[in-house]
Amino acid sequence: MVLTVEEVRWVAHLARLELSHAELALMAGQLNGIIDYFNQLQQVDTENVEPLAHPLPIQNVFREDEASPSLSVDAALANAPDRRGNYYGVPAVLE
Amino acid sequence: MSERTAVEYLTLLDRGELTSESLTEQFLQTIRNRDPKVQAFLHVDESGALEQARLVDMRRKRGEPLGTLAGIPIAIKDVLCTAGQRTTCGSKILQNFVPPYDAHVITRLKQADAVILGKTNLDEFAMGSSTENSAYQVTRNPWNLERIPGGSSGGSAAAVAACEVPLALGSDTGGSVRQPASLCGVAGMKPTYGRVSRFGLIAYASSLDQIGPFAHTVTDLALLLEAIAGHDPRDSTSVDKAVPPYRQTIEQPVRPLRIGVAKEHFGKGLDAEVEQSIRAALKIYEQLGATLKPISLPTSPFAVAAYYVVATAEASSNLARYDGVHYGYRAASFENLIDMVCRTRGEAFGQEVKRRIMLGTYVLSSGYKDAYYVKALEVRRLIKEDFDRAFTECDVIMGPTSPTAAFRVGERTADPLAMYLSDIYTISCNLAGLPGISIPCGFTKDGLPIGLQILAPPFEEEKLLRVCRMYEQETDWHTKRPKL
Amino acid sequence: MPDLPYRIVIGLEVHVQLLTQTKLFCGCSTQFGLPPNSATCPVCTGMPGVLPVMNRHALELAVKAALALNCQIASFTKWDRKNYYYPDLPKNYQISQYDLPFSREGWLEIETSAGPKRIGIIRVHLEEDAGKMLHDEQGGGRESLVDLNRTGTPLLEIVSKPELASPEEAKAYLEELRLLLRELEISDCEMQEGSLRCDANINIHLPQGEGQLVATPIIEVKNLNSFRAVERAMKYEAQRQYEEFQRTGKKLGEVAKATAGWDDARGVTVIQRRKEEAADYRYFPEPDLVPVTVDPAWLERIRAGLGELPAAQRQRLQKQYALSAYDADVITGQGRAFVRYFEEVAGRCQDPKEACNWLSNEILQMLNERKIAIQAFPLAAEALAELIRETKATGLNKQRAREVLARMLETGSPAKQAIHDLGFKVVADEGQLVEIVRRAMAANPKAVADYKKGKTKAADAIKGAVMRETKGMAKTEVVQQLLLQELQKA
Repeated sequence: MVLTVEEVRWVAHLARLELSHAELALMAGQLNGIIDYFNQLQQVDTENVEPLAHPLPIQNVFREDEASPSLSVDAALANAPDRRGNYYGVPAVLE
Repeated sequence: MSERTAVEYLTLLDRGELTSESLTEQFLQTIRNRDPKVQAFLHVDESGALEQARLVDMRRKRGEPLGTLAGIPIAIKDVLCTAGQRTTCGSKILQNFVPPYDAHVITRLKQADAVILGKTNLDEFAMGSSTENSAYQVTRNPWNLERIPGGSSGGSAAAVAACEVPLALGSDTGGSVRQPASLCGVAGMKPTYGRVSRFGLIAYASSLDQIGPFAHTVTDLALLLEAIAGHDPRDSTSVDKAVPPYRQTIEQPVRPLRIGVAKEHFGKGLDAEVEQSIRAALKIYEQLGATLKPISLPTSPFAVAAYYVVATAEASSNLARYDGVHYGYRAASFENLIDMVCRTRGEAFGQEVKRRIMLGTYVLSSGYKDAYYVKALEVRRLIKEDFDRAFTECDVIMGPTSPTAAFRVGERTADPLAMYLSDIYTISCNLAGLPGISIPCGFTKDGLPIGLQILAPPFEEEKLLRVCRMYEQETDWHTKRPKL
Repeated sequence: MPDLPYRIVIGLEVHVQLLTQTKLFCGCSTQFGLPPNSATCPVCTGMPGVLPVMNRHALELAVKAALALNCQIASFTKWDRKNYYYPDLPKNYQISQYDLPFSREGWLEIETSAGPKRIGIIRVHLEEDAGKMLHDEQGGGRESLVDLNRTGTPLLEIVSKPELASPEEAKAYLEELRLLLRELEISDCEMQEGSLRCDANINIHLPQGEGQLVATPIIEVKNLNSFRAVERAMKYEAQRQYEEFQRTGKKLGEVAKATAGWDDARGVTVIQRRKEEAADYRYFPEPDLVPVTVDPAWLERIRAGLGELPAAQRQRLQKQYALSAYDADVITGQGRAFVRYFEEVAGRCQDPKEACNWLSNEILQMLNERKIAIQAFPLAAEALAELIRETKATGLNKQRAREVLARMLETGSPAKQAIHDLGFKVVADEGQLVEIVRRAMAANPKAVADYKKGKTKAADAIKGAVMRETKGMAKTEVVQQLLLQELQKA
């Protein structure tokens, strides 16, 4: 399984990462090596083995429908890179 | 004077032989002297720490009840949110992020009246095994400044090793507390998954991350673990189980003690000197009456691959939020929204983080998810079952924490896979959610620390600490300090 | 209704906001219309290090809804991350349900002109809502503004099978869903406030060749802001697809599914650029939430608390009170409190038809005028029942009865009293009536003559005169009968 530069570019787009040409090329090589390493997982017989997503068998954890204090608008927007009034400002979404 | 343990300081403070303010000032001075070389700290809060210390002293004078860590300075890996204080995760993307809330463990430390000295360096977003991936600085191993301290909690490990602080917190996803503890000659522990709340721990891999203590001795580990462990309703994966009073029983040896020794932990890649130290440690346990049982963890050769699939998959999703929209770094120039997000992340994430995000995105993507992500989770179950089976025959499993002692700065940065393989002995424990400790057990001829790793079944930290204490009572590795 | 040259196939995907006090994963308020970014916290804004914790009440409401929709409730369910980037989704993933939703395979019964019809439901699942984006007018269109108040609000996603066969059925489905969820206090289903949102998937099947049916590519229509818009959009789009098929002949499967926005002002769908690649959401189990196992006893308690649902209610009203399907639908459509009122009135006056008449007409009109619900209506069921009993006993006609009702509401007096106060005495004596009829006929010779010539409508003028003279205190049917009798004799 060899990842082409095109596929790497596609993954970078899915991941919203802008990579320079040099980075793309380097990344392609490194990813290929690592993914090749991952391929050895195919050697393990996992027939009838259920995937283990949670290490602990906990279930049914809930909170009650009770209000707790929200952040003030100022606290909520304190780290905003572009605060516009009481909103987060972002460049327009290209439709 | 900064070389003592927290327990010793508590006694001195309690007796009035020491004030917290003077103790804190002492550590701050050590930091001033040593940290320019060690580079363990990203940020030291001198005035805040002294203020906290003075308050504790005042309350102690007034005879008010105090927390279990009253007046003890502690360092925090900069992966934990501290309200009102910059929390960077070692990344440019959070360089100016000030969380409006404290992580659960920080709240607990404050309740315990600890004195939080500052935030320590780490591999960016906890991704790394050498602390060379920080966007800010490279932390050095206090035993040899040309060498790495391990990672990703290298700053916390080095801070304790260099006696800049007696206690520190780190996080462990694939060995990030145990491995640096081993390389820096200190004790470090990863509790059972769910033992300590992850609320406020900036997530790397959610089903693997746990916060863990660093100290010189296991009793100090017990002290710190008691202060931070326990149920938190804000973390659905934190377990509602009582926290045993670890210090109360820690002096009791475990008898009988069956120690599992896995053949897979002693194969190719294990440095001869490291092996020698581990075998010597096992001999000591035998002399104490323990029996060694050969066990097999047959799925272990696949643990690194399974880990990197699962961890990067979760990380690719956990790090999606860093997009320059609501907080954090935003690129200075861009043409539209998508461009802004891509440039922000491209400019402000380091190479290793980008690599792992790419890997994680790939293994979850349509067409590959079954072959990689789902497969890795199936292998994960087999790894857990290996341990479940092994623990029917033994009480704990022992082996080397790291295949080698500390390597040189820059030695493995060109080959990511070589770096990943540093985690080979620590990684399975995270996949299975088990508790694990690394304690110092020797040095190489070059004077580099070696660590013994001990693993136990889930929620058996109490037994684990007692087993470690048995070794400490017979040896003096935990008393060694580097000369800086 | 003229037959269309094609069959319409519609599936609706509806999102409703649950009526919890707080959000799905944190304690922030779900109240509508709060000042921007004033109801958020580190958890719902996705700050580094935060974790979600499931709102128990949200799950209860979700299960309640699924039970009311006749779904199978899974004994084991879990949440998954749906990964995509958008500024109103601060974590850049939505916590939703993918392969193990908490419920599937249900149905919702609607009333159609051909009788009741069950519309299948594929699944109902629980997920979190995103925030809102606004466009910055001042920024010259280059900026958008984000308000995260809505982020984290619990949403139920209800996906129907493509079994709606007309725009009318689509509207009926939405109305029924709204009735059901409002009655059970699960959601207030206000499209204007965004607590009910609907996307419609539509295509048409048309005959081609020897008894074959061909299907057009499916279009997902978005930006539907009212039930009427849904109906209009479906009608428009079906026809548009028909016309397009005549031109291009493109069938289902030959082109990628496209999205269209409904432009309500112009009354057209606007196809957006067909996306060749479907979004890759990279679903995986949410590691920060633990799975849920549904306790059968808990499920039974919720089921027991559902009460009578609208579909069953309609049937029962028809059976029990011999109401027509139409009438039963009107009564049921007003909600449980209204049905209770109706049943009380019907029981007390022993005339369900009359009770239904009054309620669906006069009473409903009054409620609408006063903008109140039946619970706030000042007339007790017994009082209305008495009015009905009295009008039947005295033969009072409808017009007069309405006046009595108005008086009762004005003064609070019971029917008998109000009738007395108004001086309404019914002229029931036939002899008397015949006299009045003859007098009216004598006073309107032209009308009588016209009637004899065959202009039957001319009798109305005479009848009107009779009613005026009796001040409406006569049964119109009796007057009519006597008048015709006399006209025959004339």
